[in-house]
Amino acid sequence: MRGIVKGLAVIQPGIQSLVQDRGRFGFHAIGLTTGGPMDYSAFRWANRLCGNDDSAACIEVLMGGLVLQAQIATQIAVTGAEIPLAINHQSVDCWRSHCLHPGDRIELGHATAGCRAYLAATGGFDFQPSFGSAATVVREGLGGPNGDGQALKAGGILPCSPSVETPCLALDKAYQPAYLENTASLRVVLGYQQASFSQAQQQLFFNSDYRLSADCDRMGFRLAGAAINSSTTSLLSEGICLGAIQFPGDGQPIVLMRDRQTIGGYPKIGSVLSIDLDRMAQLQPGATVRFEPIGIERAHNLIHLSERRFHNTPLIEITD
Amino acid sequence: MSDGFPKIAVAGENSLIIYFSDRPSSALSSLIVHTSEHLNHQFGEWLIDLVPSYTSLLVIYDPLLTDHHQVRRAIRHAIQQSPASTDHSEGHTIELPVYYSVESGPDLTRLAEAAQISTEEVIAIHGQTDYLVYTIGFAPGFAYLGEVDPRIAAPRLTTPRTRVPRGAVAIADRQTAVYPAPSPGGWNIIGLCPTPLFDPNLEPSMPFKIGDSVRFTAIDREQFLQMGGCETDLKSEIL
Repeated sequence: MRGIVKGLAVIQPGIQSLVQDRGRFGFHAIGLTTGGPMDYSAFRWANRLCGNDDSAACIEVLMGGLVLQAQIATQIAVTGAEIPLAINHQSVDCWRSHCLHPGDRIELGHATAGCRAYLAATGGFDFQPSFGSAATVVREGLGGPNGDGQALKAGGILPCSPSVETPCLALDKAYQPAYLENTASLRVVLGYQQASFSQAQQQLFFNSDYRLSADCDRMGFRLAGAAINSSTTSLLSEGICLGAIQFPGDGQPIVLMRDRQTIGGYPKIGSVLSIDLDRMAQLQPGATVRFEPIGIERAHNLIHLSERRFHNTPLIEITD
Repeated sequence: MSDGFPKIAVAGENSLIIYFSDRPSSALSSLIVHTSEHLNHQFGEWLIDLVPSYTSLLVIYDPLLTDHHQVRRAIRHAIQQSPASTDHSEGHTIELPVYYSVESGPDLTRLAEAAQISTEEVIAIHGQTDYLVYTIGFAPGFAYLGEVDPRIAAPRLTTPRTRVPRGAVAIADRQTAVYPAPSPGGWNIIGLCPTPLFDPNLEPSMPFKIGDSVRFTAIDREQFLQMGGCETDLKSEIL
């Protein structure tokens, strides 16, 4: 095994803090889901602020409460939900990197808007991958600090390499997402069994408000609102892609998220655009959403533009 | 193939789904596996993942590296390259031991009553078929097996159980399966299988793949415990 592992020590794990990297790909045929960050955009921003690419593992912090202590000198950044961040009891900004020295204490308070924050460190956290990824999937018992699907625990270590001090980086406020409004408009790529929903049912779906129920987790978000019926009564179980909207017998939509089951047998009208799932992942129970239908061509364009925007957004160098 | 099959439909921004037929069969499963393997070998990094199922194959691609036009063309090519009629004798047969009993199968009595036969007959009927692995999913190591004799087919529970024990052998309509790990579940449980079905540290991590066959053999309580079955899963009623 490895020698003495050093990095950031977990003093308090918070409500649920999970190791997440890009996710687990290529194993759907044996029933493994992808996992990965619920808000991919915030995840990759945390990494970019630390000079990492998307492959580095971060910590996804649900609602807050994570307390860490540095054992080495490194840099960290916190993005995502609006959350009070303190280093050695001094309040500091999110959406920028900070230099840490051995002994420094990092505290995340409770999210005031949004619900998932991402903490990255320079070089990424170094966990043994299972099936090519360290992404934690609790249900499958895969990924995480010991590879067995557990969340962070007090007394654990987040291993990372010491890094030399480089200028810290920040993302200008103008480019940061705003999570204050607990509503979202979600674009849906029409597909799957769309034709099995009548015109009237589709109009009802795309013109109704839906509320996030308390039943929302990394597997799926269950919504409440106008019931939608499909003419398909029996469907053989088939592959489910990210963001698929399925309607069980009660007609209430379920949007399938990063830890979704790989196959399922409920009729689906299409799938929420990934960049809108990032926003959805930050909504709290009780939030209202609306769905907007789009075609595949527009979806491809939007994804390309979003990618170009990410790579061409400037970062500010900070010398403090 | 006829009746407009195969059909290719959009599933999401990065996925197309191929429908090969509207009826599952062992020959169709074989064709889907062939097409899946073909796509896997033929295409490079733009292919993210594949989900073969009863009559369909979900193809997940990277829309930053390719687009749905190119993927559709690749799929059409892969289908043309797959043999029209495939030899489906290439799957293996895996034997799984099952401790069928009232204490390990809380729904056994109800299934027998519904079919107006004895519990022994339910067990005999379940054990006499070689089941085809149609697809693997829901959870790692969960194989959808078919088809169950119509006499012992039973609909899912109206309210699923919050916890089904590891190894539960269960029936839903004309499908049967073994739960590889404790989980919520709505299938009718008739016994327990002591064989581990998913171990991430083994290669391969599960004993079967799509296209294989599974045969169940009855064991008694003592054999179940000797083979690593868990006593606490017996009578652990399992709400």
